[in-house]
Amino acid sequence: MSRSPSLLAPSRPVPRQRQPLAVRGLTKTFRRRKRQVRALRGVSFSVERGSVFGLIGANGSGKSTLIRTLCTLVLPDEGDVRVFGFDVVRESMPARQLINRVSVDPSFFGQLSALENLLFFGRVYGLTAGEIRRRAPEILDRLGLDRSHQRALVKELSRGQQQKIAVARAFLTSPVLMLLDEPTTGLDPRSKRDVQAFVREVQRDHDATIFLTTHDMAEAEALCDRIAFLVGGRIVAEGTPEELRRLVGRGRPLDTIDMEDVFMELTGRRVEEDEEEDEEVVDDG
Amino acid sequence: MADVTVPGRPPSRFPLRAQVGLGLAFVERQTNLWKRHWAWEVVWLFYGVVNTLAIGFIAKELGRDGVIAGQAARDLVLFLLIGTLVWAYLSAVLDDISLVVTWERWEGTIEHTLMAPVPRVAQLIGTAAFGVLHGLLRTALIMAMSLPFFDVDLAGANWGAAVAVVLVGSFSLLGLGILAGVLPLVYPERGEQLSFMVQAAVLLVSGVYYSVDTLPGVLRLASWLSPPTYLLRSVRAALIDGQGLAATAGDLAVLAGFAVALIPLSVAVFSAGERWAKRTGRLKRQG
Repeated sequence: MSRSPSLLAPSRPVPRQRQPLAVRGLTKTFRRRKRQVRALRGVSFSVERGSVFGLIGANGSGKSTLIRTLCTLVLPDEGDVRVFGFDVVRESMPARQLINRVSVDPSFFGQLSALENLLFFGRVYGLTAGEIRRRAPEILDRLGLDRSHQRALVKELSRGQQQKIAVARAFLTSPVLMLLDEPTTGLDPRSKRDVQAFVREVQRDHDATIFLTTHDMAEAEALCDRIAFLVGGRIVAEGTPEELRRLVGRGRPLDTIDMEDVFMELTGRRVEEDEEEDEEVVDDG
Repeated sequence: MADVTVPGRPPSRFPLRAQVGLGLAFVERQTNLWKRHWAWEVVWLFYGVVNTLAIGFIAKELGRDGVIAGQAARDLVLFLLIGTLVWAYLSAVLDDISLVVTWERWEGTIEHTLMAPVPRVAQLIGTAAFGVLHGLLRTALIMAMSLPFFDVDLAGANWGAAVAVVLVGSFSLLGLGILAGVLPLVYPERGEQLSFMVQAAVLLVSGVYYSVDTLPGVLRLASWLSPPTYLLRSVRAALIDGQGLAATAGDLAVLAGFAVALIPLSVAVFSAGERWAKRTGRLKRQG
């Protein structure tokens, strides 16, 4: 993929001195009839500008709740999230203009084409129809979705093709903070490479800060500057890939330790194992 | 290359022009979806025509059997036709607004729509505006296809007053539709059914097929709280009795009052419902 600085629109203005993402003491519990499910328990971390921060956790560890909270779709019980200094609860409108998200489930209007979907999702971020019609095909081209598929109904496309459109939807709006929720889960190897290369390119060329959740260790190592492990709604370790390897190295050469080993040693489990939800029965009486 | 170079703050509020642009995005999206679901539109159009004819023929039969006669028989046909057509319009508007949340849940797009930096009022008014345009077009087609089957005299009808009533009444319907749309937001599994029940209750108390004077005590009181009651009464007065704006001014004022009260109220209720859904984690995909 060739480099093109004009691929994305200029990002929205943000105060340069502010941190892209700062999370402090985030706690969230969901009530389900007579049960309580503790999804997040005092999560704190921050992400530096222009970096890729990876969050690794098994299914049920709280990754999706965390990312939904970051993009204003879940209200926390305690703690706060600031996007470039804007509180996502009290100042959600400025915060929302700075972020976008790729979710594990592409989620489009199946009866509309890729371009029609992007026309809508771009316009609600304030882009003009003309801008979208010019940029969307360029981004989709770059992601390897050919023009005939761009005009086809989304419901007729494969999951990999839909996920490429989801990536295009998010990057079309030139967010300065991009939230990627397992963006390559379920993709074939080629689609996975296309998406990863595009993420790297945008991060490098457009000063975007990227928050990535995944349970693909190789992807985390390839893309992330810092990695955190989320287990049972808590962050149990955080650092650069090298720092994390050192934690478990005990004298072994670091290049012989992969991130799967690190996760296993630090959490006592494999990332592929689904976590049981941490529930407790509540006596409403 | 660094695009992020300008210090500043994204806006918390949007100027009216920007909000209109954002609202139009929803009109455009609904229009695209509507074009792709044209077969369903044909079904609803066919159903609307058949329903109008079936109800009109009941009135015709009453005249033929001598239950009512003369002008009263002709007026009854017109009374029922207007009720059926106005209800086709009302139900299309209410459906379009209230089903949007359900539709977005099915498609899984609801999270992406609600996290976009769009003021809720722009989103809801844009969606409702499509509903009104769609409802007017569908009802006009039903009327054009149904009226030739009946010998109705509209020579004395005051069309200008009728159109004015429908336009003013539509604003109050926006509020009603948005209120019904809160239900699928708050109750992912039962909300759609509940919004149909709200619609059924409006049908019962608004005098669609009979005068609200027929209703017993509590239902009669409920009819006063339903904007379609005033809309139907005034449209009938304009089309059957040829009354002008002066005669329907009272109802127009009530409809305008409903609009002024219901639109901000419904947006506030929707926003409260959204906050509750975010607190309880109910914005996920459904279906």
